[in-house]
Amino acid sequence: MDLNGLPRVPVGDWVDAGVDWLTDNLTWLFDGVSAFMSALVGWLEAALLFPPALVVVVAFAAIGLLVRSWKFGLFTLASFALIVSMSMWEAAMSTLSLVLVASLITVAIGVPFGILAARNNGFSTFVRPVLDFMQTMPSFVYLIPAIVFFGIGKVPGVVATIVFSMPPAVRLTELGLRQVDKEVVEAGEAFGASPSRILTRIQVPLALPTIMAGVNQVIMLALSMVVIAGIVGAGGLGAMVFRGVTRLDVGLGFEGGLSVVILAIFLDRITSAFGERASKRTSR
Amino acid sequence: MNDMTHAIEVENVYKVFGRKSDTALKMLREGHARDAVEEATGAVCAVIDASFRVAEGEIFVIMGLSGSGKSTLVRTLNLIHPPTTGAVRIGGTDITTLSPRRLRELRTSTISMVFQHFGLFPHRTVLQNAEWGLEVAQLPAEQRRVKAMEALELVGLKGWEDSYPGELSGGMQQRVGLARALSTDADILLMDEAFSALDPLIRGEMQEQLVELQQTLKKTIVFITHDLNEAMYLGDRIAVMKDGRIVQIGSAEEILQEPANDYVEAFVQDVDRSRVLTASSVMEEPIATILRREGPKAALRTMRQRQVSALFVVDPGRRLVGVALDDDVMKAVRSGEHSLDPITSSEVPTVTPDTLLADLLVPSAESRLPLPVVDDGKLVGVIPRVTLLAALATGSPNGVADGPADDGLAENGTPPATVPGSPESADAEEVSE
Ligand SMILES: Nc1ncnc2c1ncn2[C@@H]1O[C@H](COP(=O)(O)OP(=O)(O)O)[C@@H](O)[C@H]1O
Ligand SMILES: [Mg+2]
Repeated sequence: MDLNGLPRVPVGDWVDAGVDWLTDNLTWLFDGVSAFMSALVGWLEAALLFPPALVVVVAFAAIGLLVRSWKFGLFTLASFALIVSMSMWEAAMSTLSLVLVASLITVAIGVPFGILAARNNGFSTFVRPVLDFMQTMPSFVYLIPAIVFFGIGKVPGVVATIVFSMPPAVRLTELGLRQVDKEVVEAGEAFGASPSRILTRIQVPLALPTIMAGVNQVIMLALSMVVIAGIVGAGGLGAMVFRGVTRLDVGLGFEGGLSVVILAIFLDRITSAFGERASKRTSR
Repeated sequence: MNDMTHAIEVENVYKVFGRKSDTALKMLREGHARDAVEEATGAVCAVIDASFRVAEGEIFVIMGLSGSGKSTLVRTLNLIHPPTTGAVRIGGTDITTLSPRRLRELRTSTISMVFQHFGLFPHRTVLQNAEWGLEVAQLPAEQRRVKAMEALELVGLKGWEDSYPGELSGGMQQRVGLARALSTDADILLMDEAFSALDPLIRGEMQEQLVELQQTLKKTIVFITHDLNEAMYLGDRIAVMKDGRIVQIGSAEEILQEPANDYVEAFVQDVDRSRVLTASSVMEEPIATILRREGPKAALRTMRQRQVSALFVVDPGRRLVGVALDDDVMKAVRSGEHSLDPITSSEVPTVTPDTLLADLLVPSAESRLPLPVVDDGKLVGVIPRVTLLAALATGSPNGVADGPADDGLAENGTPPATVPGSPESADAEEVSE
């Protein structure tokens, strides 16, 4: 008990007590959030799985072609077809739905926080260590309270993913906004523009490449977290990989892992293309 | 100056950056030196007790070394940096008391600004950049376009409206900056080192274009620069700043001829005097003159007395009629001629009081006589060559060397004009990439 003569500081007990209090008093909130998220994920998943798989594959290939190049379109076509033929399609679309919903919510929360941090030095210094903490915490630790609040299933996966992938959204938004040339902002101001006009017409458009880099990182982190969340019943490719591990089924684990990689490449290339496009417009 | 309307009045303005600005302010007012105050409080005393007035239609230049507080001072005029204390009156109203909303209205309608590194919006086209102030003022799209196009045309950028700033050269980018400032029809233009980032050649063109525009636009301009020659060329009056304080305010000539202290004197030492001083500031009292009706004999006597070989012939209103040379006067006396008229040559090169010294060099070199300075037909002074050389030599030997090399050949005080109005020729070459 008293190791090295130091009294035990019951950090764990405090966290437990806090979590208990939250579950006792804020159930209505967790239920609401839970309903909202599972509806969103369910709807998206249903939409992706409703048409025949190959139709969706072709649609993704078309996106790849339009956003990047015919080569990338071709790659998408082949690799997604491979997912289908490995019988990983349903799991992959389930994972993709989780990633997209989690990323959307993360960006919707993270970008405004980033804007706040860019405009307020006090808030920025407060938020920085919090983000550091969020990022260095081992990712599956978030799963524990998420399960406590939301039970087993997709929702704790989404929630844990949101917490885990939040930092780059906030950080890169703040960085992008702070990087906008001071004189350009002053030029906005000098002609009588209101702060909100300066934000929406000057700062955000000029920070967009950096913000998009943040979005890209959010999606990548979300993907990695969603796979981990498969362990706690979030389903999808994570569950496949997990099953492969527990049954020592190397083939299954590899197929699941390969599908994750294919999704990752697709999401990364698409979002970075948007970023490149934004920076082409804003560079001098 | 007293009965002129003042567009801008700045009274005891201080700008102190940092947490302990109150303490710093108190210390400054108690007479502590800036360095001591900054050390004690950690604050930055960027502007200290600045007061000046700018008349309507005047180009008021604020000049000083980098870090002397120029940018900060000019930003107190539109409250981008609100003064720590002091009054800034625009058209008689103290704008430090305005509500944020009224202040924004003022910026939209009355004061516009041009920036050192142009401050353009890289994601908007040239036209959209020029439209910015009008967009803020919520003008209908069609009017915005018309006004912005007018402004672009004024600065010689017609045809470039759909380009992006990144596609233009520095000089053209700053024209966009200027068009953006002009499009709102603001009466007051703040220009913070507007030309400092440009190549010397383009900078010269822009200076000339500004002077030309100013002749028709008659804006009130506060122009910031660290370049003394630019200050002297553009400024009706110049304020010299040092370490946050204004150390002297005066016309270019006043600052050059009567520097307020050693600092200003050292500062102006290298200025190209030939481009600042005018004939009126160096000319001397004409003594070798004779009235037209006096005749050749009187002329000869005067020449002997004054020991000169030529006389300026004037009529009773001191109107310059011409010049009479000693040979001709001798001949006239010998031949019993009674009038000076036949021997008076009216082909004398004359200059006006406003002619820059740089533009006196060629006529002075070509003439055997002192240059007559004529104002409205009247002989107001003369400039012997030695006087001119002496004036140029004071302080700077460069003055003499530079003058003729650059624009000594230009006539009537305007340096050779290259661009304005012909975007195709000069501007086309400025396009980068
Ligand atoms: N926003 C600011 N915060 C703190 N210090 C500033 C700020 N802006 C300018 N300064 C300081 O004020 C002084 C004057 O700067 P500035 O007005 O830019 O000078 P100049 O334009 O003559 O080069 C400098 O010491 C500069 O570092
Ligand atoms: Mg400056």
